[in-house]
Amino acid sequence: MFRLVEILGRYITSFAEELGRVLILLGSTLRHMVTIPVEGKGIFKQMLEVGIRSSPVVLITAIFTGMVFAHQTYTGFKRFGAETLVGSVVALSMTRELGPVLTGLIVAGRAGAAMAAELGTMRVTEQIDALETLATNPIKYLIVPRFVAGLIMLPALTIIADIIGIIGGYLVTVGLFGASSTVYWNRTWEYLEAADIYNGLIKACFFGASIALVSSYRGFYTSGGAEGVGKATTGAVVMSSMTILISDYFLSAFLFQ
Amino acid sequence: MIEIIDLHKSFGSKPVLRGVNLSVEQGESMVIIGGSGSGKSVLMKHIIGIIQPDKGNVLIDDVDIGTLKEKELYEARKKFGMLFQSGALFDSLNVWENVGFALIRQKKMPEQEVRKLAIEKLRMVGLVGVEDLMPSELSGGMKKRVGLARAIAHEPSVLLYDEPTTGLDPIMADAINDLIVQMKGHLAVTSVTITHDMHSAFKIADRIAMLFEGRIIEVGHPEDIKNTANPIVRQFITGSAVGPIKIEGVNHERVFNRA
Repeated sequence: MFRLVEILGRYITSFAEELGRVLILLGSTLRHMVTIPVEGKGIFKQMLEVGIRSSPVVLITAIFTGMVFAHQTYTGFKRFGAETLVGSVVALSMTRELGPVLTGLIVAGRAGAAMAAELGTMRVTEQIDALETLATNPIKYLIVPRFVAGLIMLPALTIIADIIGIIGGYLVTVGLFGASSTVYWNRTWEYLEAADIYNGLIKACFFGASIALVSSYRGFYTSGGAEGVGKATTGAVVMSSMTILISDYFLSAFLFQ
Repeated sequence: MIEIIDLHKSFGSKPVLRGVNLSVEQGESMVIIGGSGSGKSVLMKHIIGIIQPDKGNVLIDDVDIGTLKEKELYEARKKFGMLFQSGALFDSLNVWENVGFALIRQKKMPEQEVRKLAIEKLRMVGLVGVEDLMPSELSGGMKKRVGLARAIAHEPSVLLYDEPTTGLDPIMADAINDLIVQMKGHLAVTSVTITHDMHSAFKIADRIAMLFEGRIIEVGHPEDIKNTANPIVRQFITGSAVGPIKIEGVNHERVFNRA
């Protein structure tokens, strides 16, 4: 019994310690974000990395998600004659939930892993120490650009995912099942509100910032050589994905009342 | 001048530095020797303020580096140049961008000027025509030279060398030693080198200090160190496995007392 309490206590302490370090890093990142000089070159490079290089996977995921969602909804709703609602269901699901969450998970797997691996390698090869000796703050130089890129590019990718997902739904509903194109679009716009879109984008901003912060944190505090870099990379993807999935519920409950 | 006073540092429950006292005079070349894991790198990182001590002080020109605010600390670091064991070149930048990194960041001169200056510093360390290569295209010795060019590019007054000859063949190691001696002559810098390469230490040092079990146990001119009566220092400089220094994890009775 005591052993169980001891193990539990150790887990809680280690979780609190890690959370504290992430929050300290967040504070430092926010502080350096608003100080000059702006890391324009670094931000641009990371925006390409997070945004442009993740877009093919996001596009493929979004179109097939829209398609499968339309397929399942159409065949399911047909049982009680509600197949005309497919447009609404796809649009609401994509904008409120699937667009931001799936984009977040893809970026976590791709760009988050890359961030942790790159920063981890920089740590174990003393490149981060070298930055310090060259009078450059590594948080400002390395983490701020990744954080800003996550914050901006995840909502941008989410908008694209929303649109492509809805088009995917259209292709299946109208192209495969032969439903009316006018009905699909009318239903899409009939129930979709601006709040669905922008609340989805708020979630995307949060996910983007979380992925960048968590992945940078994992990479930045890597220790233990190549094995440590591997662990940091895996840890970054797991921790980012968990953060997205858990915070998604609370954000949704708060934003979509 | 660098003054280290009663420096203590532990990582978790493991004490690494247990009261280091050492002073390095202006323009002097101080070499700190000690075995692997003796805390040499940790000591060096205290000098430049990357690691904060648990207790004690590091004074650089009479300023306690541990008491500086973040901005002041980064300003103070402009006095230093550091050559890392692995070179620690930035993978994503080419050679001249690595060398001119600090100058590009300071934005005091246009990038073309920085490039010219970087090429000049590369020439000083014996490298020509490598400025547009990426670090992955360089050999170990070339990486060290580029690292040295980067360390001297912003004309620091203190140069720190972390195991400058480790991992190099003997000829390249000697060439790096020559470069270190040249840097001292040409740039009149104060330098602190950590190494366990005794050939290197005797060649580049004005004075040698030995770090053992978290303390400096002896400081002296190379000749004094060569003729020391201290059995620990003697064992280290002669490179003998038998003596008061025990190798961690090795059963000395079984390994070294073979009849």
